[in-house]
Amino acid sequence: MTSAKKLTSKIEKTKNNKSTFFKKIVKHWQLYILLLPTIVFFIIFKYYPMYGLQIAFRDYFTTMGFSGSPWVGLKHFKRFVTTPDFWLILKNTLSISVLQLVLSFPLPIIISLLLNQLRKQRSKVIVQNILIAPHFISLVVLIGMVYIFLNPTSGLINRMIMALGGEAKFFLGKPEYFKDIYVWSGIWQSTGWETVVYVAALSGIDPSLYEAATMDGASRWQKIWKIDFFGILPVIVVQLILKSGQMLAVGYEKVYLLQNSLNRVASEVISTYEYKQGILGAQFSYSTAIGLFNAVINFAILLLVNQLAKKYSETSIL
Amino acid sequence: MQAYINNQIKETKADKIFNFLNICFLCVCCLIVLYPLYFIVIASISEPNGVYEGKVLFLPYQPSIEGYKELFKDNSIWVGYKNTIIYTVVGTTISVVSTICGAYALSRKSLPLGKILMFFITFTMFFSGGMIPTYLTIQRLGMLDTIWAIVLPTAITPWFFIIARTFFQSSIPEEIFEAAYIDGCSDFRLFVKITIPLSKAIIAVMVLFYGVSMWNSYFQPMIYLSKEAQYPLQLVLRNLLIQNELSTSMMTGDATSFVTQQRIADQIKYGAIIISTLPILVIYPFVQKYFSKGVMVGSVKG
Repeated sequence: MTSAKKLTSKIEKTKNNKSTFFKKIVKHWQLYILLLPTIVFFIIFKYYPMYGLQIAFRDYFTTMGFSGSPWVGLKHFKRFVTTPDFWLILKNTLSISVLQLVLSFPLPIIISLLLNQLRKQRSKVIVQNILIAPHFISLVVLIGMVYIFLNPTSGLINRMIMALGGEAKFFLGKPEYFKDIYVWSGIWQSTGWETVVYVAALSGIDPSLYEAATMDGASRWQKIWKIDFFGILPVIVVQLILKSGQMLAVGYEKVYLLQNSLNRVASEVISTYEYKQGILGAQFSYSTAIGLFNAVINFAILLLVNQLAKKYSETSIL
Repeated sequence: MQAYINNQIKETKADKIFNFLNICFLCVCCLIVLYPLYFIVIASISEPNGVYEGKVLFLPYQPSIEGYKELFKDNSIWVGYKNTIIYTVVGTTISVVSTICGAYALSRKSLPLGKILMFFITFTMFFSGGMIPTYLTIQRLGMLDTIWAIVLPTAITPWFFIIARTFFQSSIPEEIFEAAYIDGCSDFRLFVKITIPLSKAIIAVMVLFYGVSMWNSYFQPMIYLSKEAQYPLQLVLRNLLIQNELSTSMMTGDATSFVTQQRIADQIKYGAIIISTLPILVIYPFVQKYFSKGVMVGSVKG
C-alpha cells in the first residue's frame, strides 16, 4: 500500500519536473533564439561533416552522397598504411611535433616567470605587448620573411655566415634544416602569445605568500620556484594536455607554405598529404580515411595524457 | 607605500644582479622579436641595390619609395586588398554577432540543456570531420567560389566562444538577472540593455581575434576559391612572396638586366609585407588594453 503511494507520488514528481523543465524552456525562448545561429552553425559546419566521415569506409560518388555510396570497409585505411610513403610521412609528422613540443613549450613559461619579476607594472605590459605582436602577422607574411632572411644570396642569415667565413646555403632546399626552420619560426611568432595565459595565472597568486616567504628568509629563486611555478602548475598541465591533443595535427597551413620539391622528404606530413590526395587529387574517400586516422590518434593521445595528468597531478580537462 | 620602501631597502646585492640580468634577457627577447620587423620596414624604403649588397642593417640606405611606386602599379594586390576587406568586414560581423549572442545564452545558468549544448561545442575542439568532409559539405551547399565559403565555415571558433562565455559568467553577477526578471524584464531586453553595455571589452577582443584570423587566412580561400578575381590579399601575397622567391632561389646563372629586375621585385616584397600587415598593427594597440579584462579572465578559467 505504502509503496504504491510512494510510486504515485514519484510519478507525479517526475511529471512535475518535466513540466517545469518545459516551462523553463518556454520561459526562456528568447535565449534559444539568440542561440539559434550557434546551433545551426555547429550542425551544418561541424556535425554534418562528422556524419560525412563515413565515406572513409565507402567509395564516395558525388551523385550518391555520404550515406549512399558503396561500403568498402577498411580498404582506404589499408591503402594508406601500405603506401610506400607511409612511414616517411608518419616519421616526419611525429618528429616535427615532438621537436615543437619540447622546444616551444617551456619557453613561454620561463619568460612569464621572468616577466613577473619585473618591478614596474608598466614595463611588464610593454615587454609583453612587444612579444605578442608577431602573433598577429599572417603565416604567409611570416614564411615570406623566412624566405627573405634565408635567401642564399641576399638573405641576412647567409650574409652573416659568409662574413664569419662560412658558406651560404639554400636552407629551404635542404631537408635536414626543415624541422628547425618550422619550429624556430613558430617560436618567434607565438612565444609571446603563449605567455598571456601564464602571466594571467601569475597575477592571480596571493601576494601574502611572498611576504610570508620573505619573512622566512626565502631566496629569489626559491620564491620563483616554490610560489610562482607551483602556483601556475595546474595551468601548465592543462596547456600540456591541450598541446598533446594536437600532436599529429602539425600546422599544415604553415608546412604547406614552407614545402617545396627539394625539402619534401622532410616536410611531407599527414595533413599535407591528405590535402594533396583529397583536394588536388580528388580522391575524397582515401583522403578522408587519412584524416580520420590522424584525428583518432590525436584524440587517443589527448585522452591518454589527460588520464595521466589526472592520476599524477589531479588536473584534467575532461 | 611603506611596504614598497621596505622592499627597496631589503633589496640585496644578489637581487640587484638578478634584476639586471633579467632586464637584459627580456630586452634581448624584445630585440629578437622586433629586429626582423624593423628590417623589413627600413628595407622597404631603401634603395634596392643597397639592400641587396647588405648596406641596410640599422638605418635605411638612400631612402627611396621606388618599391612602393612599383607596388601601386600592381593591380592584383589592390584587388586582393579589396576582397580581403570585404571578407573581413562581413565575416567578422557574422562571427562576432553569433558568438556573443550564443555565448551569452549559454552563460546563463538557468538555461535548460545548456550543459549538453556546451559539451557538443567543446567536443569539436578535439575532434572534427576534417578537411575533406567539410569541403564536400560546402560543395553540396553550392558555396564554392562564393564569399560564403570563406565567411561561414569558420564563423564560430569554439575556443573564442568559450572565452566569451566565461567572460559573461564571471563578470556579470547573477543577481542582476534575478532583479531584472522580478521587474518583468524579458531576455532580449536584458541582453541589449544590460549585457551589451557591460561587455565592451569582450566585444573588442572578439572583433580583434576574428578580424585578424579572417584577414590572415589563406588556406580556406585557396581550397574554396578558384577565380583569381576573388583571391584575398594573402593568396596574392603567397604568389608574390613565396612562389617567386622559390623560383629565383633555385635559379642558377645570372643575366644583369634580370638581376636589377629581381632587386626591384624584392623591394616590392618588402612593401607588400608592410601594407598588408599595417592595418592589424595599427588596430592592435587600441584593442590590447582590453586584453586583461577580456582574454585573461576567459583563458584562465576556461
